[in-house]
Amino acid sequence: MAFADARARVQELLAVPHEPAADEQWLDRLAQGCGRYTPLVALDHPDGLILDIGGAAHLFGGEAGLVADLEARITGLGMTLRHASAGNPDAARALARYQMLPAPDEAAAIRRLPVAALELDDEATTGLVRAGLKTIGDLGARPMANIAARFGADAATALRRILGDAASPLDPRQALPPVAAERRFAEPIASMPHATKILGELVGEVGEELTRRGKGGRHFRATFFRSDGLARGIEIETGHPTRDVALAMRLFAERMDVLRDPLDPGFGFDMIRLAVPRIEALGATQLKLEGGAVQDAAVDALVDRLATRLGRGRVRQFRPADTHIPEQAQLELPAIDAAPPSPWPRPEAGEPPTRPIYLFDPPQPIEVIAEVPDGPPHRFRWRRATHAIRRFEGPERIAAEWWRRRDNGGLTRDYYRVEDVQGRRYWLFRHGLYEEKDDPRWYIHGLFA
Amino acid sequence: MRESSPLLAGLRQRVARLAASGGPESHRADGWLATGHDALDAALGGGLAAGRVHEFFATDPLDAANAAAFAALLVLRGGGTAPLLWLRTSDAGRRAGQLYAPGIADLGSDPDRLLLVEVSDAKALLACANDAARCPGSAAVVVESWGRLPALDLTAGRRLALGARDAGVTLFFLRIDAEPVPSAAETRWSIAAAESREMEAAAPGAPAFDLELLRWRAGPAGMRWRLEWNGDEQIFREAALSGAVLPLSARRAMVPRGAAAA
Repeated sequence: MAFADARARVQELLAVPHEPAADEQWLDRLAQGCGRYTPLVALDHPDGLILDIGGAAHLFGGEAGLVADLEARITGLGMTLRHASAGNPDAARALARYQMLPAPDEAAAIRRLPVAALELDDEATTGLVRAGLKTIGDLGARPMANIAARFGADAATALRRILGDAASPLDPRQALPPVAAERRFAEPIASMPHATKILGELVGEVGEELTRRGKGGRHFRATFFRSDGLARGIEIETGHPTRDVALAMRLFAERMDVLRDPLDPGFGFDMIRLAVPRIEALGATQLKLEGGAVQDAAVDALVDRLATRLGRGRVRQFRPADTHIPEQAQLELPAIDAAPPSPWPRPEAGEPPTRPIYLFDPPQPIEVIAEVPDGPPHRFRWRRATHAIRRFEGPERIAAEWWRRRDNGGLTRDYYRVEDVQGRRYWLFRHGLYEEKDDPRWYIHGLFA
Repeated sequence: MRESSPLLAGLRQRVARLAASGGPESHRADGWLATGHDALDAALGGGLAAGRVHEFFATDPLDAANAAAFAALLVLRGGGTAPLLWLRTSDAGRRAGQLYAPGIADLGSDPDRLLLVEVSDAKALLACANDAARCPGSAAVVVESWGRLPALDLTAGRRLALGARDAGVTLFFLRIDAEPVPSAAETRWSIAAAESREMEAAAPGAPAFDLELLRWRAGPAGMRWRLEWNGDEQIFREAALSGAVLPLSARRAMVPRGAAAA
């Protein structure tokens, strides 16, 4: 039915544009909130969640208690819940989405599911129904080889998974962290300082566990579960493994300070979990008498703090890259990952530098006047100012990386190191030789000291 | 008057105590960052004092590369492995381009020691500079700022200077595209590009700098030097003037400050 027809029948019809990205985000938030029941939550796009509640249901008074709790929270968020539980994820998913008739037990319920629950293509489903196979039970009674021969291997696999004959592994949203600690509250806590204090205690607990294993954490994730069913995660990373409570709490405070929308307890948090997804070996440290270790640690701590406050990509180190294309010759890597150093090309003795200290990426276009078309520049105009060139060196010819390109082409650049009459040194290039291009453009690529 | 005299006496005592212990001037420098140029180092008593704030002004944005290179070379020529923290705002990349490590390697220095911190605005730049100045263990901190920077008032400058003094961290404030204003810095310099020594076939030579000491807390100011970087020996030395060059002062007068600023 067209929207206009629908609106003609029901005048108060409300139209809202479909936003798949927002739906996805919301599903992710719900999944995070469901982390209170089990750490293993998988997304079932576009509108489902699969929870592995094995060994977790008893904490909520059994399966029924867990479902009641979940239903209350989801309803509180203004949504309706269809749910089912079964011995394997595919069966639970099929039951939640396709179950029409009540059944005495799980096996019977699965047998009574329509064949549409296999989610094959329309042709195969119609074929099954025409063949008189209307339910999973009908299909399951047939030899598997016949089904595979007639409807394809996919149909056989889907059927075996729903019946629990084939493994159907869960792909959790977040992997199970090696170390985690959590605290639940009978009465939700609504004060941030109190929540922060409890987070500190959790860091301490995790720290003890890490000490016992001789490890330190590189990545900490705190999740605050609100009583309305939603949750909010805060993550910090450190450049070196740590189990120092004060350091971790300082980084958490730093991160919370710069959150664009601050952590809101709402009606209170009823659970806080701290997970350490990434751990590394960390032995006991001995500080040097002269304080060398302390000083190194001070810079590392500063890097961690700045990376937490500004974002991990904002504190960077330089590493060389093996290419002669100037703008690709340096890599800027996050300092928190501490890439191993590699040697830089050594300058030639007695020669002035051939590479600038500031590089424009992308290069900025300039207007150049040269005495002969493919000769060195005579004067150039950049940012509304004209610079007369007194000295130059070049060209340094840099070819495009034709071996990486599909068309084996690319323009050659002729670089000139020039000095203007005021004594400032620039790096200019002509993009393309005259054989390659009719009217090659000039660019400024860098500033020399 | 009578009843206020104990108060006054108390205040006088406090002032005397502060004068005896406080103030960056009363602390002796922990060391110097020498340039290797004898006359300059001698004039400053050994070089640029460590654990202090030094301001490098490049009034014309086109001189940004020289100010940056002077700060980087001054720190990295000292050797060691301690990192050089370089703070800059995101928009500096648009104005001067990105800091280019192969260029620093080409000057004979080790770019592995550079730690680049990129912040979003001037307020965050000052906040990070304060944190970096209070963190011992770095070789130095370079803060690259563009424009007037109204957030850096006398209070902020003094806080920065005290933090740097207590932690023993040398802080170089690159003030590009800005006019010199009073501040709590130990020294204040104007840095500009100078004509280089001509190489073979009229090629431009090694980096050359025009330095002017605008202010020095501990002594006279107003001296000028023209230095040239020697990458092989890792020192600054006197730039040889070729015959055709006008005297420094005359050339200065010819090119009014900021006139070429685009």
